[in-house]
Amino acid sequence: MSYQSLVLVKQVPDTANISGDVMKPDGTVNRGKLPAIFNPEDKVALELALQLRERFGGSVKVVTMGPPKASELLRECLYLGADEAFLVSDRKFAGADTLATSYVLAETINSIGPFDVIFAGRQAIDGDTAQVGPQTAEKLGIPQVTYTQEIIDAKKDTLTIKRKIDGGYEIIKAKTPLLITVIKDAAVPRPFKAKRVMAYKNAKTLMELEAMAEENSLLWSDQLKDEYVAKKLFIETLTIDDLNVEVERCGLHGSPTKVHKVESVVLGSSDHVQIEPTKEGLGILVDKLMEDHIFG
Amino acid sequence: MPNFFTENKDLLFQFENLDLKEVVDIMEDNFEQAKEYNYAPVDYQDAMDNYRKVLEITGDITANIIDPASTDVDLEGAHFENGKVTYAKGTQLALDQLSRAELMGFTLPRKYGGLNCPTTIYTMAIEMVSRADASLMNIFGLQDIAETINKYSDDDQKAEFLPQFASGEATGAMALTEPDAGSDLQAVKLQAYQDEKGNWFLRGVKRFITNGNGDILLVLARSEAGTKDGRGLSMFVCYGDSTITVRRIENKLGIHGSPTTELQFNDTPAKLVGKRKFGLIKYVMDLMNGARLGVSAQALGISQAAYEEALAYAKAREQFGKAIYDIPVVTNMLIDMRVRVESDRSLLYATAQSVDKRDKLDELAHKLKAQGKDASEVVARQKVASKIAALLTPMCKYTLTENANKTTYDSLQIHGGTGYMKEFKVERLARDARITNIYEGTTQLQVVAAIGGVINDILKEDFDREEQKERKGNLQRLADTLKEIREIFYSSLKYVVDKNDKYFQDVAAKELVELYSYLFVGYLLLNEAEKDARKVFIANRYIMNAVANARKNAEEITNDTFSDLLHADEILN
Repeated sequence: MSYQSLVLVKQVPDTANISGDVMKPDGTVNRGKLPAIFNPEDKVALELALQLRERFGGSVKVVTMGPPKASELLRECLYLGADEAFLVSDRKFAGADTLATSYVLAETINSIGPFDVIFAGRQAIDGDTAQVGPQTAEKLGIPQVTYTQEIIDAKKDTLTIKRKIDGGYEIIKAKTPLLITVIKDAAVPRPFKAKRVMAYKNAKTLMELEAMAEENSLLWSDQLKDEYVAKKLFIETLTIDDLNVEVERCGLHGSPTKVHKVESVVLGSSDHVQIEPTKEGLGILVDKLMEDHIFG
Repeated sequence: MPNFFTENKDLLFQFENLDLKEVVDIMEDNFEQAKEYNYAPVDYQDAMDNYRKVLEITGDITANIIDPASTDVDLEGAHFENGKVTYAKGTQLALDQLSRAELMGFTLPRKYGGLNCPTTIYTMAIEMVSRADASLMNIFGLQDIAETINKYSDDDQKAEFLPQFASGEATGAMALTEPDAGSDLQAVKLQAYQDEKGNWFLRGVKRFITNGNGDILLVLARSEAGTKDGRGLSMFVCYGDSTITVRRIENKLGIHGSPTTELQFNDTPAKLVGKRKFGLIKYVMDLMNGARLGVSAQALGISQAAYEEALAYAKAREQFGKAIYDIPVVTNMLIDMRVRVESDRSLLYATAQSVDKRDKLDELAHKLKAQGKDASEVVARQKVASKIAALLTPMCKYTLTENANKTTYDSLQIHGGTGYMKEFKVERLARDARITNIYEGTTQLQVVAAIGGVINDILKEDFDREEQKERKGNLQRLADTLKEIREIFYSSLKYVVDKNDKYFQDVAAKELVELYSYLFVGYLLLNEAEKDARKVFIANRYIMNAVANARKNAEEITNDTFSDLLHADEILN
């Protein structure tokens, strides 16, 4: 039995390196100020998908919805071993919350699928909502398994999955097609493969070819596309016209989430208390912690 | 995320200034291979872009996986239990990652699963691996074994062994040294004999074999019974199977992750590599020269790591109310270290490029001859390249491995008492560096290997050309200083030659080789200074130091400092 897999991936700002001026007044992140990276749990999800392919055969495709800059992320997926990559990109998709995002993703999957297993990271480090995977599964009407730690086994249309729960784990069986979201501990992502990097370093999405054509009046994007398709270096690109979607359900229009207010919270303490390592001192420490509701 | 390639400005500088055009043209059959392999480059620029990407991957793995595990690898070391060798956890993890990243067949042809990179690019990867964990280089750097098979084995042997190396499935070892044959390999005794069907078998003992537990071994053995010298030795390839007993692994000062084994061959089936009797005189010399370049890169990687430790510590450590970085004697040591690291890097990659040129021109000459074309021009240039590589390789190993010891010494000194403690990385670096100027030919043997080229002044034309160049401002002053060093060299050389005393020549050789190295490196740095303003500082300190040292070298020779060797017994006993 082999499995056709799809991995939902996202390029995110490296929130581990946040500095003062990266939040915009409207509460969204100024991505230009932060290095863009592969969302860590999505990378683990791709790793699990690649391992599934190694164990049982099949294929691994990846899709991302994002700005043209996300093309780099898709190349990285190809370097890691993905068979095919798709960019879903359109100005009309911009500003999407989880509802609008999962709507477009579900329609994309309907258009490029079907798939046996859809993988996603548990959550992205920029929004931390953990909603896009589950909402996509809902819209596709397929089962979902969140917090996946390990795919223990796969037999025909049934996957045995270990998922993390509070204070432990549970092992469940689920039927394909299904969507699973993956936690960070599930696997260590592999390094880029040198030969694939050499082979796909010049792979381009439609938006990148358009940008090349804009910079050089001797180039036409259609012609470039044909050339890149022939060289097997074209990354399939889907815009709103390629999908069966209603415009008002996409992007900012289709996003009921409104950010009310963004507060800059600085954690830290200006003073410190020294407590002696004596029995008496320990008593004072416990009282202090209870007073601050850290204990009790 | 840290990256040992993209964040090392000097390594990037060297990469960006490589001139591998002709080498790459030859390696890629004028880019014909791109038709067959989607990862083969379509032109020179594309090839350089490929190399950059591969080095970026290496820089990522070395900085983020290998370096953080290196302390544990040193503590744990390789294990030996019940006759079996296992690597430290971190070593195994690193090898797995490097294999998965397809980095274990850097220089091998694509048809055997390799990346078909020039030796220069592979050498850059070795530098980074060694900076992260010098002991891992001893396994990663053994790709030279595969390269030797690629050069001298027949097609069947290549098809059998090379894909195993390229995939990382097999690691290798070169089994040369024996208890009574170290620097003097002519004394190798391990016996190679044939059965009535002509199959070869090996019997005997090898000692100090790095990674002797490897899957595929190249073995130097005496195939001509009754002979006593190098002409009776041939090269064999065999599997590390159950006929080979690992008798022990050594307990070493440094490079703990690399198992150093004693092997007993009990009638081990083997295959002859290349031609009989060519084992030592051709193949080992070749293998050894490749390994010398690798060890030079290992030494530089250690130096880089030691420099980084010293710099970070000097900035963080406060004494007398300020960072010790700001104390002039410390600043001065740091500059000395930095200049050594950068000048060593220039020498290393100039040497690596000369090796590439030698090898690739050789390939081209063979190809032209096979096609019935005139190869005389290529052959002539190959001969020159070969002479230059034969000089630069030992000169480079001599300089870089001695400097790695100096730089780790200085780095430890900057750490003060803290550096002597196990908690800091620098003590390991000092231990790891210590082997680099011993194995693959000691420093003293590098001088022996280099002195011929120095006495014959084989870089004369290059130096003449450099001397005639017009240089700007301060650089002209430095060029004049190099000219002065050259005069010192010639007068010292004349003194040694005129004296016509073999005994004296042997000890004076070190001074002459050093003098010649100042000239070669000095001109490299001068040319770099023309491209990059910051490099003027490097060139300046290097050349000003060099002229002071050159006067000392000359005095050692002309003062007859060594004449007391005749009275050695009286002094020493």
